[in-house]
Amino acid sequence: MIPAAFDYHGPGTLDEAIGLLSRHGEQAKVLSGGMSLLPMLKLRLGSFEHLVDIGRIPGLEYIKEDGGFVRIGGATRQATLERSELIRARYPILADALPLIADPLVRNRATIGGNLANGDPANDHPAIAIALGATLVLRGPKGERTVPANKFYKALYTTALAPDEILTEVRIPLPPPHSGGAYEKLKRKTGDFAAAAVAVQLTLDKKGAVERAGIGLTSVASTPLEATDASKKLIGSVLNEKSILEAAQLAAAQAQPSADRRGSVDYKRNMIRVLATRALRRAMQRAGGQ
Amino acid sequence: MAKHKISVTVNGAAREAEVESRLLLVHLIRENFRLTGTHVGCDTSHCGVCTVMLDGQPVKSCTVLAVQADGSKITTVEGLEQGGKLHPVQEGFTEKHALQCGFCTPGMMITCCALLERNKNPSELEIRQAISGNLCRCTGYNNIVKAVQHASEKMR
Repeated sequence: MIPAAFDYHGPGTLDEAIGLLSRHGEQAKVLSGGMSLLPMLKLRLGSFEHLVDIGRIPGLEYIKEDGGFVRIGGATRQATLERSELIRARYPILADALPLIADPLVRNRATIGGNLANGDPANDHPAIAIALGATLVLRGPKGERTVPANKFYKALYTTALAPDEILTEVRIPLPPPHSGGAYEKLKRKTGDFAAAAVAVQLTLDKKGAVERAGIGLTSVASTPLEATDASKKLIGSVLNEKSILEAAQLAAAQAQPSADRRGSVDYKRNMIRVLATRALRRAMQRAGGQ
Repeated sequence: MAKHKISVTVNGAAREAEVESRLLLVHLIRENFRLTGTHVGCDTSHCGVCTVMLDGQPVKSCTVLAVQADGSKITTVEGLEQGGKLHPVQEGFTEKHALQCGFCTPGMMITCCALLERNKNPSELEIRQAISGNLCRCTGYNNIVKAVQHASEKMR
């Protein structure tokens, strides 16, 4: 399958890339790893007159701890994240998720920025970024702005990104002591998207009560979803089997899945309940709770 | 639509081509360079028969633009044999009967070579995980795992 014709641009700087995006507006699309965009173009589910490849811009691939955050460059490959000691040590939630994204060959090309900016509710990083309370750094002609991950997703394939903006960095707060996270994903086989998945990041206070609970849901709405009802319910409570099950029920109730070949509405909602239960238990263990 | 002059190193040899923006790397390799060992299968980045090494990383060449590879080093299945001697992975595939129809074999072997470059002594689980993006409908993977283990022993 061959994509419809377009003009490829391989700018060497961010400013040049933003200039190209400004000039071509809606007719231009950012090409990062290309693992979602190229199949979409080949299947002719979309077409653009201009592709602006950010893969040749130096300085967009990094993972560093800095000022209370881990900063990840937008063009950082999934495989690089998967092999990062820093990521493994700081964010078990990402260590859970990365080996389950697509397959190893795709992860050699796919980038975290692409996964987040694509706006597909079946991508895994959005729910994780929401759970972690991450901030996305967007660069456009007027400079840089930041958007919290839970305010970034507007509708199916629609995000806060303007056509002339590029997602350049993901900033994840360093987890305070007594924090733990987990990602639970149900998929039919390697390479498949999630039928449903749940991302949980917890922080406990000194008494073991929940101080912060970030919960994100994958593949069960037209956008990545924040399970706010479940989070609110957990704040201030000490986690036990009863409160975990209650929170998981609330997460399931907030999900708005649609039926497809991966399952019916009821099945997916029930799977959110099961996956949320497992993710909450594991996050609690990792946070040093019981 | 613009054409691009690109230079790549394929199996150690410098090659140049003038390509349309939308030309896929797999077609550059097969049609421009006539290296037809690399196959086209699902064409949607699922099956892995188009796998080549791009700057040392195995990637699905049906989902990379030729122009994105400008300046890169590419290794295809034709580049595994060195000086008339098969790569240990190729020997392993022969010895352990790791193919039947052979359609997945070029991509599968590239993935296996990349694994052994990174990890000289992979466990069975690591081998199975590494090849999880390459589909084989004949062997049930068991003999492919054995072939990699064979190569791993030979390479130590």
